Amino acid sequence: MTITLLRRLGPPLLGGVVALGLTLPSNAAEELRIGYVAPTTGIFAQVGKDMVDGFQSYLDEVNSDFGGAKVKFIVEDEQAKPDTAVTRAKKLILQDKVHMLVGGLLASSGYALAPVSTADKTVYVVPVSAADDLTQRDLAKYPYMVRTGWSSSQPSHPFGQWACDQGYKKIVAIGADYAFGYEVIGGFQRAFEACGGQIIQKIWPPIGTKDFGPYIPTIRQDADAIFTLMVGPMSLQFPKQLAASGNKKPVIGGGTSYDEFVLPSMGDEVIGHVSALQYSAALETPRNEAFVKKYRAKYGKVPSYYSETNYTTAQMIHEVIKNNKGNFPGAEEFVKQVAALKLDTLRGPVTIDEMRNPVQNIYIKKVEKKKMFGYDKEELWNTVIKTYPNVSQFGQFNKDEFLKTPVYSRDFPPCKFCN
Amino acid sequence: MKSQHIKVVIVVVALAAIAIIVPNTNSFVILLTTRALAFSILVMSLDILLGYTGLPSLGQAAYLGVGAYLTAILATRYQFGLGYDFWLVVVLGILFAAALAAIFGLLAIRATGVYFLMITLALGQCAWGLAYRWNSLTGGDNGINLRARPKFGIDLANEVTFFYLVFFLFAVSLLLMYTLVRSPFGRSLAGIRERELRMKILGYNTWLHKYIAFIIAGGFGGLAGVLWAHTAGIVSPENVVLTTSVDALLMAVLGGAGTLVGGVIGAFIVFGLREYLSTLVPWWQYALGAVYVLTILYLPTGLMGIPERLRQRRAATGNREDVKKMAPVTS
Amino acid sequence: MNTQFWLTQAFNGISYGALLFLVGSGLSLIFGVMRIVNLSHGSYFLLGGYVALSVIWTTGSWLLAIPVAALTIALVGVAMERVFLRPLGFDPLRQVLLTVGFAFLFQQAALDIWTGNNFDINPPDALTKSIVVGGLYLPLYRIFMIGTALVIGVVLWLAMEKTRMGAAVRATVDDAQMARGVGIDTSRISMLIFALGAFLAALGGVIGGAFLGIYPGLDFEMLPIAFAVVIIGGMGSLGGAAIGALVVGLADNFGKALFPEVSYFTLYAPMALILAVKPTGLFGRE
Repeated sequence: MTITLLRRLGPPLLGGVVALGLTLPSNAAEELRIGYVAPTTGIFAQVGKDMVDGFQSYLDEVNSDFGGAKVKFIVEDEQAKPDTAVTRAKKLILQDKVHMLVGGLLASSGYALAPVSTADKTVYVVPVSAADDLTQRDLAKYPYMVRTGWSSSQPSHPFGQWACDQGYKKIVAIGADYAFGYEVIGGFQRAFEACGGQIIQKIWPPIGTKDFGPYIPTIRQDADAIFTLMVGPMSLQFPKQLAASGNKKPVIGGGTSYDEFVLPSMGDEVIGHVSALQYSAALETPRNEAFVKKYRAKYGKVPSYYSETNYTTAQMIHEVIKNNKGNFPGAEEFVKQVAALKLDTLRGPVTIDEMRNPVQNIYIKKVEKKKMFGYDKEELWNTVIKTYPNVSQFGQFNKDEFLKTPVYSRDFPPCKFCN
Repeated sequence: MKSQHIKVVIVVVALAAIAIIVPNTNSFVILLTTRALAFSILVMSLDILLGYTGLPSLGQAAYLGVGAYLTAILATRYQFGLGYDFWLVVVLGILFAAALAAIFGLLAIRATGVYFLMITLALGQCAWGLAYRWNSLTGGDNGINLRARPKFGIDLANEVTFFYLVFFLFAVSLLLMYTLVRSPFGRSLAGIRERELRMKILGYNTWLHKYIAFIIAGGFGGLAGVLWAHTAGIVSPENVVLTTSVDALLMAVLGGAGTLVGGVIGAFIVFGLREYLSTLVPWWQYALGAVYVLTILYLPTGLMGIPERLRQRRAATGNREDVKKMAPVTS
Repeated sequence: MNTQFWLTQAFNGISYGALLFLVGSGLSLIFGVMRIVNLSHGSYFLLGGYVALSVIWTTGSWLLAIPVAALTIALVGVAMERVFLRPLGFDPLRQVLLTVGFAFLFQQAALDIWTGNNFDINPPDALTKSIVVGGLYLPLYRIFMIGTALVIGVVLWLAMEKTRMGAAVRATVDDAQMARGVGIDTSRISMLIFALGAFLAALGGVIGGAFLGIYPGLDFEMLPIAFAVVIIGGMGSLGGAAIGALVVGLADNFGKALFPEVSYFTLYAPMALILAVKPTGLFGRE
């Protein structure tokens, strides 16, 4: 009788004990669940890998311990499709119960994930997606979103000033025909024309163009320089074809045209090309040198800005959690605290402006072939030739006037000097 | 006739099971099922062309795109379609997609077989180019964000409510398409698939039949698009890309072309593999590819064709036994 | 728009057409003989480029990479044809779908083997220069592409017109049943042609790789372009593929240069229109 009773009571009793054990405050660290969305398959798989590797490098350095909280890093594949990004984000929020969403590669992914964060009241940290309006004209729609990367036109504003300082008067812009291209070139145009320069032509090869044969001969000969914005494989082919066509004009461009993601595969034709971005792997600080060496030893390649921005993002999240003694302070408070950060990072000092976009150094970098950081081979590096400190997404322009004008597009700023 | 009744009963039971079980699972499963159901409408529309009329189209995604973009543009530009006028958007989505099909059909219907495949591919790419390039209308590669789901007495923001809506429209589509394929019109389509020349000789205007089928398929594609826009809340050129059309084609073949429900099964399997398996293992792409290849090789009639093949094999072995008994043994 | 502009654009268009011929000729032959639309053709192109990269990385020889890559992919083509396509028999739709399934498998495999970084094939330094003729900069590599396409075209034509094997192939294209009737082993011809098609695609990948880069997604990007060539030129016709390639190369080039607004349509709109009027392509046979 007693045995049967015990047998009957056993399971529920055991269950009760276990349940009690689970609900008692344990000495184990609180878990911080970070849901990461990146393309891990498909044509952007390598970029996605760099993004994840960058974040993971930071986690490895601190042993996945953020001020006492144990980080659970869950990566989901968005395949660079916005609706897949949404589905994965929902899974992370609903099923994995993450405290925050991080990631998204393309502008469309950023625009897809931001509303999800609003609807589900979950933090969304944006390390890569650079669409200007996410932290400008559309900011009010996304109260739980904070950007830790950059906005597309952010480096272009000081760069336009730099171009004037070099004495360039007329520049031809040629860039990939999509929003990112419009924003990078638009920002450059605004700044360059504000200090007396003229953009005399804008050419937009479709994204994925491999043969620039149709476009290169149409470049106006009276230009002083050429500004290019290329992404992915386009960045590899355009400089080659430009050089082969006999171009002698100086070439400058957007940061992604010469970023370390593509630089290793480029040839001598890009030596001397200048670009602007908030990071260069050739930044000569002890902190960056250590990062580059460690990253390269582990992953076999020099870190690109995709890796750096995720490393820095992880660092920022760590800082906030550390300030809260290892606890997650709730979505609104977390966003507020990230926005109040002042950190020294791989890319230099970073603060966040009142529209939740970073204020940081912009580096003007020139491609040079040399030995760096003690490596014994001569390779292509983006040497920093000038630093513009404390650049916000509005650059040298007044924020309110900036926001009154439309977002940069194919037709804005209008090409006044294209005849 | 009896086997047909059995099939219908099975389908009804399966649908009822989905309707009852799914809302009680977790939100993610509900979301996935909703997406699979919406996309299934597109796959079924493709099946009308592929399975019943014998026209393999590699451009159905264009009609999904029309429905989706129309919904998104009306919702964000004109604040239209977020209340009871949602139903108006459904109708408009179907009409606009059908209109595009009418235009494309004029170019495409003259071709057959692989040429039809090619021309629908080209037209689908034109649609993609349009979605990408017409920035002012479609938002280009940024896509269009639908801020909220419609509310008309019921709030579609609730995943379960939305699931029921999509399920309802899916069931209606299935019913309508089923009625279509079993109607005299549908039978003539099958006749065209089998022997177009004979149908022509018999006096059928085969071009017109194919054209109408093409338009109807386009219309249903538009419906799928309207629902698709609301499931993810974002519409982008990615929805109209070539691989979307290829996906639909493969799902139809996987499940079994010419069965309507086959496409639905194919859609669920692919979505399940893609969304579920991918969270568990990194080699899910190989699994998916292998599933396609193996199905095409060994199950030409798709998964729905398995019972029939089993029956045939049983009949064949039966015959072989008899033949063995009868044939003289020679040495 | 001076003469220099027109000449440069024409030259660019012709060189692009040369590359397209390399990509499209194989596809056209495969269709002509086997009535299969090989949707993994783009994959062969890309894999050819990747294999060439591996050869260059291990041996440093670009020259060696070309035949090795082309032959390797030809073998892959043979394997696919023998093991997977042959059992399907004459069923164009299923064959098409099978090739698509493989395209996805190839894409994933390439990603796993070579990573997803963007690569570039670097030809010998001599070919990276440009010659200047009358003020026009003519990149030597483009000239090389035109030269290669011409050589391949001539060799193929000679093989088709002047050899017995070629005659057997032409007979199979014209009427497979008849060909079998006179004792031609159409099964072997099919295998040969499929291997040749893969060979040509891979060759295109190696040569084109220095021009387009080698990266994930290139396979599906090349596919519609290859189809544009074959469709405009006509399936199954080598001469048609040459003309189709030239037409597409020039039209695409001039279209983009003169009407950049419709850049996305310069390829597909003509394709759709030609198909609408003549479903078998300009020079197609059915």
